[in-house]
Amino acid sequence: MNTTAVEIIRKGRARRRRRWMAVTLVLAVLALALCAAMLLLGNTIYPVRVVAAVLMGEEIKGASFAINTVRLPRMLAGLFAGFAFGVSGYVFQTILRNPLANPNVIGITAGSSAAAVFCIIVLQTSKAVTSAASVVAGLLTVLVIYGLARGKTFSVGRLVLVGIGIQAMCNSIITYLMMIGKEHNLPAAVRWLTGSLNGVKMEELSVLMAACLILMPFVCLLGRQLQLLELGEQAASALGVRTDFARVFLMASSVVLAAIATAVTGPIAAVAFLAGPIAVRLAGTGASNIIPAGLVGAVLVLAADLAGQFAFQVKFPAGIITAILGAPYLLYLLVKMNRKGAF
Amino acid sequence: MRSHTYEAVDVVAGYDSRIVLDHVSLQIPSNRISVIIGANGCGKSTLLKTLARLIKPVSGEILLDGRPIRTIPPKQLARVVGLLPQSPIVPEGITVADLVGRGRYPHQSLLGIWSRKDYEVVAEAMEIMNITDLANRHVDELSGGQRQRVWNAMALAQQTDILFLDEPTTFLDITYQIEILDLLTDLNRKYGTTIVMVLHDINLSARYADYMFALREGRLVAEGKPSEVITSGLIKDVFGLDCTIIRDPVSNSPSVVPIGRHHAGGIPMTDSGLRGNASPERAEYAPSASPASGA
Repeated sequence: MNTTAVEIIRKGRARRRRRWMAVTLVLAVLALALCAAMLLLGNTIYPVRVVAAVLMGEEIKGASFAINTVRLPRMLAGLFAGFAFGVSGYVFQTILRNPLANPNVIGITAGSSAAAVFCIIVLQTSKAVTSAASVVAGLLTVLVIYGLARGKTFSVGRLVLVGIGIQAMCNSIITYLMMIGKEHNLPAAVRWLTGSLNGVKMEELSVLMAACLILMPFVCLLGRQLQLLELGEQAASALGVRTDFARVFLMASSVVLAAIATAVTGPIAAVAFLAGPIAVRLAGTGASNIIPAGLVGAVLVLAADLAGQFAFQVKFPAGIITAILGAPYLLYLLVKMNRKGAF
Repeated sequence: MRSHTYEAVDVVAGYDSRIVLDHVSLQIPSNRISVIIGANGCGKSTLLKTLARLIKPVSGEILLDGRPIRTIPPKQLARVVGLLPQSPIVPEGITVADLVGRGRYPHQSLLGIWSRKDYEVVAEAMEIMNITDLANRHVDELSGGQRQRVWNAMALAQQTDILFLDEPTTFLDITYQIEILDLLTDLNRKYGTTIVMVLHDINLSARYADYMFALREGRLVAEGKPSEVITSGLIKDVFGLDCTIIRDPVSNSPSVVPIGRHHAGGIPMTDSGLRGNASPERAEYAPSASPASGA
């Protein structure tokens, strides 16, 4: 009697897993293709063979400089920062159960940017110090927002609202600094407003890549606990999940990933916010969507950067393109949540 | 199903600084259905959550087979003790089979690969709750009654010897309430699962419970078989409600008939003659004190 039921369940699960696998694979291939395009395209379009030769260490005049010092760091920054934004956004949205909850809204990126702009314009520090300051400021901002939003019981709505307030404050600081800043410092500061892969250097990437490679296995391993946390605190702990540990570890990892990625590329708008919902829509619920969300984030950043470089007569930073994508979705979400009475 | 002793010893518990449970000690009868009753805010839900380790007691101890549950690793405990919370959250887009399958978590390894047994247990849980046909449907498109059966199936798939349920019938029509309680009774009779639940409806509680615990202001004031616990005195004491107890003609269990202020004239009773004849308006606007001056 049970065999038919088992078959029905097995088939359904297999179907959902196949979809998840297929989508993840397609996203990975897409991300790789975009990476390749990042290396091939530019002022000069190099053939695949030249790019491959340069990557293998061969010295080719012109091509070596363009690829090794300009295009490769740009590509890696897009890949890793996009992945980090995607994962951190998805984890935030899932744990806080609110599509508006993401590193942008929570204020990590605004805090990072304000600190970075302050370093550039007032202190005129080196790039390394600026990056470090932006990571620290991002983490501090989270603590401040969390402290202000805590109250008697934890409320996601309050967290989001306090985050928006802090974000407005940071943005006003940035605007003020830009007004008083010296002209030659402004280009460096502007990237903290929009987020861009322009001029990323290889040596800035090591921390981001290390953070991704170290944290991601643990985050993925906690993916199942994240799925159970979706059922609510009580159901998850009744199933034997150490909810406090899982939540704190996942949140802390996401905050670190988002802050470090922001230090490299600036706040690339809306990627953290879009990646999760897109990944869920595409991959379904067959398995944890942490990796698909990361891949969607990478695809978004890489595609936005390519589009910004080549699709228009004027070059746009990646952050402008993603902002154009993000704004309508934000509006759609607000209208939808309003209809549901979430506010 | 194995038998266990499960007891609360002198438990004090609450939220932040507010104490809700005041030195409660009790032992849950093994392989039986127990129901916790009490007025709103008396701490019955807190008691259930404390028993199911969701709330850490301020003092006192919850013992499973004599061992404090706080010393048992969460996953190991989750193989013996399950809880269905009052309002679990349905993740967007999840299917029935996947949600029921979440109940297998404590039995699975780190990577969560489904074994043959996982499939069989999930299939059986769905069959018991009569939701096999819904297996690949999305939970968010189901009716309230169907959804409740899905959650129950998830709790079943956890295969615990002891199952706590926090108001498993809230927001359900009476038909579905009976259906869920019948299914839980099947579970208890068939597998000997120890069931402890909080229910709002005293009469349904009296009908389905083998044993009852009555709470008032965080204290355990009565426990025992429904026929021993449900008396008009206790209902007055616990709920502040005047009532008459009759026999439920279907189940023969005690059944509470509340009196209220407007209908006490129906049956001649010892002290209700005066109140029973008062007109509703008069009774409302001029209660006990000086009825003449009011009008």
